[in-house]
Amino acid sequence: MTDRLPGFSTLAVHAGAQPDPTTGARATPIYQTTSFVFNDADHAASLFGLQAFGNIYTRIGNPTNAVLEERVAALEGGTAALVVASGHAAQVVVLQQLLKPGDEFIAARKLYGGSINQFTHAFKSFGWNVVWADTDDIGSFERAVTPHTKAIFTESIANPGGTVTDIEAIAAVARKAGVPLIVDNTLATPYLIRPIDHGADIVVHSLTKFLGGHGNSIGGVIVDAGTFDWSRDNKYPMLSEPRPEYHGIKIHETFGNFAFAIACRVLGLRDLGPALSPFNAFMILTGIETLPLRMQKHCDNAKAVAEYLAGHPAVASVNYAGLEGDKYHSVARKYCPKGAGAVFTFSLKGGFDAGVKLVSNLKLFSHLANVGDTRSLVIHPASTTHSQLDDAAKVKAGAGPDIVRLSIGIEDKEDLIADLEQALA
Amino acid sequence: MVRDARKGALLTMRGNIEHDRTSMNHDTYSDDYIRGILNSVKVIAMVGASPVDARPSYFAFKYLVQRGYDMIPVNPGHVGKTLLGRPFVASLGDIGRPFDMIDIFRSSAHIMPVVDEALTTAPLPKVIWMQLGARDDAAAAKAEAAGIKVVMNRCPKIEYGRLSSEISWMGVNSRTISAKRAPIPTQGMRLSLNRTSLGGAATTAADRAAKNKTESS
Ligand SMILES: Cc1ncc(COP(=O)(O)O)c(C=O)c1O
Repeated sequence: MTDRLPGFSTLAVHAGAQPDPTTGARATPIYQTTSFVFNDADHAASLFGLQAFGNIYTRIGNPTNAVLEERVAALEGGTAALVVASGHAAQVVVLQQLLKPGDEFIAARKLYGGSINQFTHAFKSFGWNVVWADTDDIGSFERAVTPHTKAIFTESIANPGGTVTDIEAIAAVARKAGVPLIVDNTLATPYLIRPIDHGADIVVHSLTKFLGGHGNSIGGVIVDAGTFDWSRDNKYPMLSEPRPEYHGIKIHETFGNFAFAIACRVLGLRDLGPALSPFNAFMILTGIETLPLRMQKHCDNAKAVAEYLAGHPAVASVNYAGLEGDKYHSVARKYCPKGAGAVFTFSLKGGFDAGVKLVSNLKLFSHLANVGDTRSLVIHPASTTHSQLDDAAKVKAGAGPDIVRLSIGIEDKEDLIADLEQALA
Repeated sequence: MVRDARKGALLTMRGNIEHDRTSMNHDTYSDDYIRGILNSVKVIAMVGASPVDARPSYFAFKYLVQRGYDMIPVNPGHVGKTLLGRPFVASLGDIGRPFDMIDIFRSSAHIMPVVDEALTTAPLPKVIWMQLGARDDAAAAKAEAAGIKVVMNRCPKIEYGRLSSEISWMGVNSRTISAKRAPIPTQGMRLSLNRTSLGGAATTAADRAAKNKTESS
């Protein structure tokens, strides 16, 4: 008997889950408990010493969360994953394993505004120095590499601009520099793009968006591709050196190709503390079961709405890689042939004021600061998500004053177009 | 036909993860191969077993004891001591009873002498297993010529945990699925390894990882 490979939709439903051993419950139970009873003193010691697989305390791991971890790892083609309380927490935990004070990481300039803030201000206070590069100029990544560089960070489809990243080109720079490539795959989801297949070593997500998909739970995840050799040199001591808090264990030597995920759990999550609630894990797991269905509908609707807007006289431009003629159309056809995602921006000939008016006229689109909901959403980034950036940085991040961002839901596309029609009239 | 069509579709989706092979390929192993070994061996001699509880060999030794394997620690530096109640022996020749598998916790450079010694034991072991990070293709070929199955650069603890899905507690991708209700694991219990495999003991990225490793050294 040869091993058979189930497809993506089968994994979206089954990976990580099985009927509960105790009760036979078929849906994954919500293990809403802080702690887990040990069999005996030796079992407890084995668990604390990382010698046995099992549960101790929900800050470190939880059976409901573990199902979600394995599910996302399977969908992304990684060796292991760790869920945390938010997408932002995932980014902190990842970089904590890689950077010491005084180290640098290179990040694409076109990122979610919250990530730009986190990198510029919060991480600076930890002594982790971000160096910005431009996705449209791969040479800018290469030029940014120094002996202090410890990682490269990019989004697969960038929020809010609808930029699709040439992951393979950036992966080549990371490989040459001997540092891991971290890809935030939030806006694409593994249904559209699997960054590990294109050379990413670590994938992070805000589960809050399309993976959870229903706008009801905040969460984040870190996926280990199992591809990076952490012991090649002494650049990554969290993984390659004996850890005093675990009696001198070397994490990479002990856990092999899922060592990064383990380091994030036992050194990051354990000590920094951003644990995901098992209830949120359950909600997100339920969301993921329909990811392939939802994501296709999101993309198909987004393309129809983008095409409609591109033909509207009040619209100056539409930035959606799914449109023929878009700057990123050929990259999108290579990386995400099923669709270019459902978050994009457009600019109005009437500028800032027209944007504000549009947002207030819309009846079906909700005005709020999120993306990746079943419901269609609208926001004016310059006055909200990206408001902390100065004007030049706003433009560079794809969030200039005339820009409106849409996150297209799974309603009937005719109703979305009709709502835009009346709001633009 | 159906299978071919499906394979085509999956190849586009997941990259080149399936290797149809006729000869033994030591880069990736099918789950059936690993499962067959873990389900059939009973007595395991661990060469390079360490009494230091922070060493990977100690972790693996203890785990395999807990899963019901009859473990023998082999390490000339610790003769006279015991590991979890089992006396250390200096060499394979000192074991004095048949064993099914040798699990070698030594670096690649020290594999060949162990295999040479293994080939002098009677009866021969059925399996020679080299730990994560250890690989010696010449030693493997020698053992295989004598009819011994070989696994390289893997950990039996991780593989057992993966195929039973026990390792899923740690968020690890077991690369198996099951719609069956599993028994509740208890101390010393052997777990069922017969879950449905998702394409062998490799991930999409495993080949790239192996390549990264060789290129960097
Ligand atoms: C691309 C991207 N990454 C990360 C985040 C942060 O995720 P969270 O809000 O779950 O912390 C967001 C949130 O909007 C996002 O859009």
